[in-house]
Amino acid sequence: MSINEIQDEIIEEFALFGDWMERYEYIIDLGKSLPLIGEQYKDEEHLIKGCQSQVWLHAEKDNGRVKFTADSDAIITKGIIALLIRVLSNQSPDDVAKAELYFIDRIGLKEHLSPTRSNGLVSMVKQMKLYGLALQAN
Amino acid sequence: MEATTPTTVSKLNIEQIRRDFPLLSRDMNGKPIVFLDSAASSQKPNSVIEAISHYYRFQHANVHRGVYQLSQEATTAFEVARDKVRDFIHAPSSPEIIFVRGVTEGINLVASCFGRKFLKEGDEVLITAMEHHSNIVPWQLICEEKGAHLRVAPINEAGELILEEFEKMLSDKVRIVATTHVSNTLGTINPIREMVAMAHAKGIPVLVDGAQATPHMAIDVQALDVDFYTFSGHKVFGPTGIGVLFGKEKWLNAMPPYHGGGEMIKTVTFEKTTYAELPHKFEAGTPDIAGVIGLGAALDYIQEIGLDAITQYENTLLAYAIKRLKEVPGIRFIGAAKNKASVVSFLVDNIHPYDLGTILDKLGIAVRTGHHCTQPLMDHFCIPGTVRASFAFYNTVEDIDRLVDGVKKAVAMLG
Repeated sequence: MSINEIQDEIIEEFALFGDWMERYEYIIDLGKSLPLIGEQYKDEEHLIKGCQSQVWLHAEKDNGRVKFTADSDAIITKGIIALLIRVLSNQSPDDVAKAELYFIDRIGLKEHLSPTRSNGLVSMVKQMKLYGLALQAN
Repeated sequence: MEATTPTTVSKLNIEQIRRDFPLLSRDMNGKPIVFLDSAASSQKPNSVIEAISHYYRFQHANVHRGVYQLSQEATTAFEVARDKVRDFIHAPSSPEIIFVRGVTEGINLVASCFGRKFLKEGDEVLITAMEHHSNIVPWQLICEEKGAHLRVAPINEAGELILEEFEKMLSDKVRIVATTHVSNTLGTINPIREMVAMAHAKGIPVLVDGAQATPHMAIDVQALDVDFYTFSGHKVFGPTGIGVLFGKEKWLNAMPPYHGGGEMIKTVTFEKTTYAELPHKFEAGTPDIAGVIGLGAALDYIQEIGLDAITQYENTLLAYAIKRLKEVPGIRFIGAAKNKASVVSFLVDNIHPYDLGTILDKLGIAVRTGHHCTQPLMDHFCIPGTVRASFAFYNTVEDIDRLVDGVKKAVAMLG
């Protein structure tokens, strides 16, 4: 599926939730369930420091596609990371670099990607796109 | 409701007070707001908002310059506010009251001006382990420039300064002590009078960061005998961007100016400039006149309620909050000082403060999460941050009940 098809799919899934609590319960479940990154990548080199929560991000190229793994020390941040990975991982580097992420806004979580929130997610999305650009070349 | 809850023992008319703060009647995320982040910045009463508006509508002209009536009126309003500040902290004289942008600028001013004059290679500046970044970084900057060293007096597990250690660290190399009055993260109230006596016994001056003390207790800089005391307007229900530095005349006179410009000069030639008298020597350029007038109105408002009544009410509020929060299984309080202002920092099990704060936000409850600009303090306790609820006199028992219910709900979702 393309990046936008996955985004639309997530938007449809979230439309089924009644209120913010159901949305957050789902995000929290995502955050709790997924081992998202190998322990060897949870180091300074892969760390994106936010004031509020921290994010670790690793990218590699596999069969011409970018594979992202990531983690956070906060569950809600980690749940949102799970969604971002679902959208951007296993896509071509070119698509990742050009991706326009609209789903976060549409599912009512845009405050988590506000620069003032300082939870590491804004820098993480930026970093994911930079990986897309960098991995186009090789 | 129990007989010992704060509303029944308080002399304050909280309902009336809450009506004075228009913001407290708004919603957040569809629910009536519970504002528990006054330690970051407090809300503003109508009298402050109106004083600023009145100034811009009817009184505005530059101060200390014009011969015309309007400028004289603005100058009078500005200087009357300075006198109010003097009374508020019981300073000996108004020229010892310098208007700055806030505590951050107050500390930077002293670090820079005192440091330039009195610090040399090998000297020491002594701070405590519970300082806000704004009472760490300015000293690091000047120490680096001068080849001096920053020393840090340790705290115990309750988050209290270890006074004996502090006294031992007052060596003959220490040129100045810089300490907070009340910890923004832990609520610990430092024994300033004892600390000052110890420092003065060695001839060392003391700067006190009063950002978290001034909203909660009466301050008397003469009784404390502090050499510098600084506080922020926006934390004492006044406007943002205005603050106060009190300094003893002998120190302010001995220090070089901070910024150069208009207002701070006596005579200027291209060869040599002589500086104005206090306080103008440290107030270069057109000041934040509206901010100063707003601050004056805020201090009037606090004085009218009475700081002793405020302290008493907030103490009962704090005791009630701690009692109720103890109902939450797995809660751990960070900072358990015997002498504490109305700040509660906590963690629940392994739940990340960001997660807890996010759910509380959705429930209409504003708390602060994170390291509160005290990273070294968080490292001391080996935690990433805390959830901090801080109270002002406009908070109620109901606010605390909603906080406790909110924390329980968040823990059920996250745990």
